[in-house]
Amino acid sequence: MIQVENLTKYYGPIRGIEDITFTIDKGEVVGLLGPNGSGKTTTMRILTCFFPPTRGRALVNGYDVTKKPLEVQRHTGYFPEKAPLYPDMSVTEYLGFAARVKRVHGKKRKEQIDKAMDTCGIVEIADRLIGKLSKGFRQRVCLAQSLLNEPDILILDEPTIGLDPRQVVEVRKLIKSLSRERTVILCTHILPEVSETCDRVIIIHKGKLIALDTPKNLQEKIQKFTQTLFQYYGGNGGLGNELMGLRGVIKVEKKEPTFSGVQALVVQSEKDEVTLRAISTFITQHGGPIMEMKKISLTLEEVFLELVTEEEL
Amino acid sequence: MGVYYIFQRELRSYFQSFIAYVLIATFLVLAGFFFYTDLSMHVLWSFQKVSFNVWGDYFYDLARYGLMIIIPLLTMRLFAEEKKLGTIELLWTYPLRDWELLAGKYLAALFFLVLMLVLTLVYPTITYFLYDIDIAPLFAGYLGLFLLGSSFIVCGLLISSLTENQIVAAIGTFGLLLMFWFLTWNEAVANEKAINILLNVSLFDRLLTFTKGAIDLKDIIFFFNFHGFFIFLTLLSLTTRKWRGIK
Repeated sequence: MIQVENLTKYYGPIRGIEDITFTIDKGEVVGLLGPNGSGKTTTMRILTCFFPPTRGRALVNGYDVTKKPLEVQRHTGYFPEKAPLYPDMSVTEYLGFAARVKRVHGKKRKEQIDKAMDTCGIVEIADRLIGKLSKGFRQRVCLAQSLLNEPDILILDEPTIGLDPRQVVEVRKLIKSLSRERTVILCTHILPEVSETCDRVIIIHKGKLIALDTPKNLQEKIQKFTQTLFQYYGGNGGLGNELMGLRGVIKVEKKEPTFSGVQALVVQSEKDEVTLRAISTFITQHGGPIMEMKKISLTLEEVFLELVTEEEL
Repeated sequence: MGVYYIFQRELRSYFQSFIAYVLIATFLVLAGFFFYTDLSMHVLWSFQKVSFNVWGDYFYDLARYGLMIIIPLLTMRLFAEEKKLGTIELLWTYPLRDWELLAGKYLAALFFLVLMLVLTLVYPTITYFLYDIDIAPLFAGYLGLFLLGSSFIVCGLLISSLTENQIVAAIGTFGLLLMFWFLTWNEAVANEKAINILLNVSLFDRLLTFTKGAIDLKDIIFFFNFHGFFIFLTLLSLTTRKWRGIK
């Protein structure tokens, strides 16, 4: 279980993340989605006690990341973005070292190493040098490393990046199978990866949390709603409340007009043509002639578009 | 326990990547050369008798031409390589404290130093069987070399923790050690006061007493403080990740 409250991280004056709050229940697979540089890795590094937050609180498995980092780290498995490994060690040597440092002792160590190698499908390369392995295998070795301490919480940072399409499918399948017994945070900038594997999605943009929902709901929201700016002549400023009465209108906001003698409204509504036509007709009739009508995208939509276009599959 | 696992991995890495063999071989060749030349010179000057002072020169040569070149090459990879590979990011998410990481790496380099010094014992041993020499002062000399070498190691650890480029780490460490060597050279232009202050931080001048066969508690305390200072700085440099962005 992960509880995050008002998590904020500044690197000097530069903002990493700000006021991020969410809760992840046991056994859930949650996608952490966002464009590059949005603060995903920062969030993960706080959760793995790599560095403490500037403000706010994060509880992992009930332990505070700033007060009990060793406890948190004992129950967490982490897969960093570049899958860093020691090229001069063999796979078994490396996993042995990782298990020792992760305080997996005695008989259990051998068991865990065998289990992790089996799960990640790297049994046949056990004695090979890591430096000589292909990217796909290295990725799996690093994934195996994260499983050694039987973590309740698994944090994966871009686990499928740089793999060929067949390997991507395999790794996603693997993640799904891992998720049965544990809480998984999957960090990615690839949208379909999330809809395929995750129960819920957290979207981070420019360091702020902008959405937290199931992938299905989010997609619907994006497809169904739109935001439009209307600028019209006329001194009637009270049009907002009346517009709310129209079918399909969700929110009306007054804005500072860009021309004199003009009123400006931002209307959030359903996307269909009927609704949009009804709104513009209403404004012309009750307010005045429209001088500008412009679509403004929601931040969420912008982010989504960016994510969708970055999918390479 | 964490200390031991890091120590073990570092040693394995040294010996698997051949760095160990190259460094030890180089050091032993240098040591052999110094032993031979210093001995011949002293024998020549003292008319066929091995004077005690041969060891003083031998230790001093080993320190400035041996350890000063070998130690930066030994310590350069300790943090820089892990930073370059990104493996340090993983270690920092393991249940491992910074001091455990540092101690493991320090001890691995220290083990290496001791190994090199022990291998050079072959020269005093040969001499012992050929001539009648006093052994006790040798202990002091070796203790001095050990303390000096381990101080070089803590310098190297600090520099290595500041960069992810091993060459920068090696040259930076070498530069720092050179400075500690040259520090008190310029007696002619510096006034006495300044020289006295510099003498207090000069590493190489501390070796002199040891090479003469004497062990001064003051010197041991100096090396101890030197260690403390550099270890503190290294730990500080490791914790910068907590407020600095690294990418």
